[in-house]
Amino acid sequence: MAQTNSGGQGTNGVADESPNMIVYRKMEEVIARMQEEKNGIPIRTVKSFLTKIPSVFSGSDIVQWMIKNLDIEDQVEALHLGTLMAAHGYFFPISDHVLTLKDDGTFYRFQTPYFWPSNCWEPENTDYAVYLCKRTMQNKARLELADYEAESLARLQRAFARKWEFIFMQAEAQAKVDKKRDKIERKILDSQERAFWDVHRPVPGCVNTTEVDIKKSSRMKNPHKTRKSVYGLQNDIRTHSPTHTPAPEAKQPTEEELQEQITFWQLQLDRHRLKMSKVAESLLGYTEQYVEYDPFLTPPDPSNPWISDDTTLWELEASKEPGQQRVKRWAFGIDEVLKDPVGREQFLKFLESEFSSENLRFWLAVQELKKRPIREVPARVQEIWQEFLAPGAPSAINVDSKSYAKTTQNVKDPGRYAFEDAQEHIYKPRRRRVRTCSEGSCFQGKPLASKRLTSRLSSC
Amino acid sequence: MCDQTFVAITFGPCDSCGNPSPLMNIYIKSEAINYCSFCVEMMACRGLQKGESLATLKTESDTLKKKLEEERGKLNDVELHQVAEKIEVLNPLSVKTRRVMKGHTNKVLCMDWCSDKRRLVSSSQDGKVIVWDAFTLNKEHGLALPCTWVMACAYAPSGCAVACGGLDNKCSVIPLSLDKNENLAAKKKSVAMHTNYVSGCTFTNSDMQMLTSSGDGTCALWDVESGQLLQSFHGHTADVLSLDFAPSETGNTFVSGGCDKKANVWDMRSGQNIQSFESHESDINCVKYYPSGDAFASASDDATCRFYDLRADREVSVYKKDSLIFGASSVDFSMSGRLLFAGYNDYTINVWDVLKGTRASILFGHENRVSKVRVSPDGTALCSASWDNTLRIWA
Repeated sequence: MAQTNSGGQGTNGVADESPNMIVYRKMEEVIARMQEEKNGIPIRTVKSFLTKIPSVFSGSDIVQWMIKNLDIEDQVEALHLGTLMAAHGYFFPISDHVLTLKDDGTFYRFQTPYFWPSNCWEPENTDYAVYLCKRTMQNKARLELADYEAESLARLQRAFARKWEFIFMQAEAQAKVDKKRDKIERKILDSQERAFWDVHRPVPGCVNTTEVDIKKSSRMKNPHKTRKSVYGLQNDIRTHSPTHTPAPEAKQPTEEELQEQITFWQLQLDRHRLKMSKVAESLLGYTEQYVEYDPFLTPPDPSNPWISDDTTLWELEASKEPGQQRVKRWAFGIDEVLKDPVGREQFLKFLESEFSSENLRFWLAVQELKKRPIREVPARVQEIWQEFLAPGAPSAINVDSKSYAKTTQNVKDPGRYAFEDAQEHIYKPRRRRVRTCSEGSCFQGKPLASKRLTSRLSSC
Repeated sequence: MCDQTFVAITFGPCDSCGNPSPLMNIYIKSEAINYCSFCVEMMACRGLQKGESLATLKTESDTLKKKLEEERGKLNDVELHQVAEKIEVLNPLSVKTRRVMKGHTNKVLCMDWCSDKRRLVSSSQDGKVIVWDAFTLNKEHGLALPCTWVMACAYAPSGCAVACGGLDNKCSVIPLSLDKNENLAAKKKSVAMHTNYVSGCTFTNSDMQMLTSSGDGTCALWDVESGQLLQSFHGHTADVLSLDFAPSETGNTFVSGGCDKKANVWDMRSGQNIQSFESHESDINCVKYYPSGDAFASASDDATCRFYDLRADREVSVYKKDSLIFGASSVDFSMSGRLLFAGYNDYTINVWDVLKGTRASILFGHENRVSKVRVSPDGTALCSASWDNTLRIWA
């Protein structure tokens, strides 16, 4: 049972690890293992025609490594996790913008840690513009813009028309620096830069893995950590996405709050607990009892409508004639009878015919009271009082004197819980397993089962 | 006690003891305090005392908490999966996608089944709420809300209304009309008001009461008709992300989970927190009761799902795998409680054997995060909502 602090607790007790970070760290652990000299994926330089392809490994290499070294059962799972890691940009296919993992000879390369998502990148459109512009300056067929990139470039040119000269100059400067690099180094860096943009400006139709759940993003602890500029461009306007509200400092608990906590722990310590062995037996018992009512485990009769496209099952359930299996369920406990509208109706009818039903009717009336809008409550409380509890009530119920006194008080200032004590006296929910009926017929023919259920209702 | 010599600019009655004496001009939080030197010293001593008493209280609280963990551990005479060794292994499940529901134009964030077992309501980041007959794929109602990120939606028990809310900090109820041409959005009625986003909502046993959970750290019970706050529930120390109402005709409790990594059980009548569990290592995204109401499961960003029993008062099982590194967003049980369906941020749904603690199946199909999974009221199907803009029905 984990009692540890999550990794990265700040000095003021606030976790530094946002939910996204936790996942990045885990992926990076896997990447670190993949890059190990001894047991990692073998990285090599491949000779192809007149050129060399540096620092690559194949898709199959990745899949094989994952099956061998991670707790992964089959190729499908490996491909799935591998594709996710590629989509987050930890490794990438060197000849494709679409970041997926294929179990074949396709070549992949690792991303440089500088570009890892854990560095909280949020690159601006001006950077993207510089990047695309720079690409057009390079006379290499392999660096030609894809259709969607050309469209993006055109759009950005329109958007940044005023500062395009500046962007162009930046792109030129970058291109100049790149030219000076060693050929092999350039190939690697170019591909890594492209992979970075494939994550942050994905191919239309691909998942954008940088999207965050808005509920979590508003808790970003370190807006200062976010990196916005890839190429060192300053923005005129400090754009902050609306979700960057710095989280308030965690407040130190006050004396009052600490007292409340202490009271709470003391109450918890006084609680009566069951042994695990008993609880486990109860859980097993419950499952065993209900397995035949679980369509995922026992195919329903005649068929599961979603599979067969046949709604007979639902039609049968809607009918007033409950089937054997359904009636059998009522014997599991009073909760089951009350849950099923037909069961409730049948039970009430039976009680009315055999002997008095006012206990159940009172109980049902109080349940109904709690479901009404608050406006109706005072009137209903009076009605219930008159019918069941007032001196000379037509359906008088038997309640102990203590509950009766309390209820009399409550009725003077009527609220939804006015009859709570009386109701609990009538029926206290218990989770003991009731022996099931051997024949699943309605109550008329099964006085024993119904008597058992009725005694549960009127005794405590 | 020797007194200091100081330059006194003022001489007058001390604010604290009233005696005329040279006053020390000091400022506390930019407020001028005119005390004589004795009262200043007294104030400093009391401050020290208070600091000390806070520290002692904190120690006491931490000690009690540790003691509670010890007590809970004492009754752990056997693990659930050990007892479960005597039951049969599950037959291999053959669960497939039976319907794909397309219509939303952005991430689907939430869904809820109608009690008629075939209709459901879904809400999306595109601001739309759609009511579907999932069996025929027919869209029966659609309405556009003024705000995007509708994170919570629920079907009323009667089937005559739906509730929804999210970034607008409200939860509204919309009565469903049989008239197709009627503008449903016009009949929308605000019920819940929070001071931050609404993360979850559910009706209790009736159309007339609604429970909500919010990013403001509280849960609340509302009277739908009047919009009156019936009870509020305080105790979480961060956003509350999920809640579930106890499945019982006699039930009066609900469980909530939040970004403070805690799962709390509440008494609806008194507003008291009656039980609390803290074993996750990150945000709890979803909580769901076991069908008997004696236990509940949780899904968290720490990539695990956990199972807590209320009678044993502890965590009884953890569902995790080294290869599962993405957070779990949503959980639900099958009818018998034997299977736990969990939706993850890695686009999959893992099906766990609750008793044995092993994974029974993994469902692929969605192309982005799974935000919500729910088993239908009669247990015949599982519905999943996803960031890929679709919902899927599995059986």
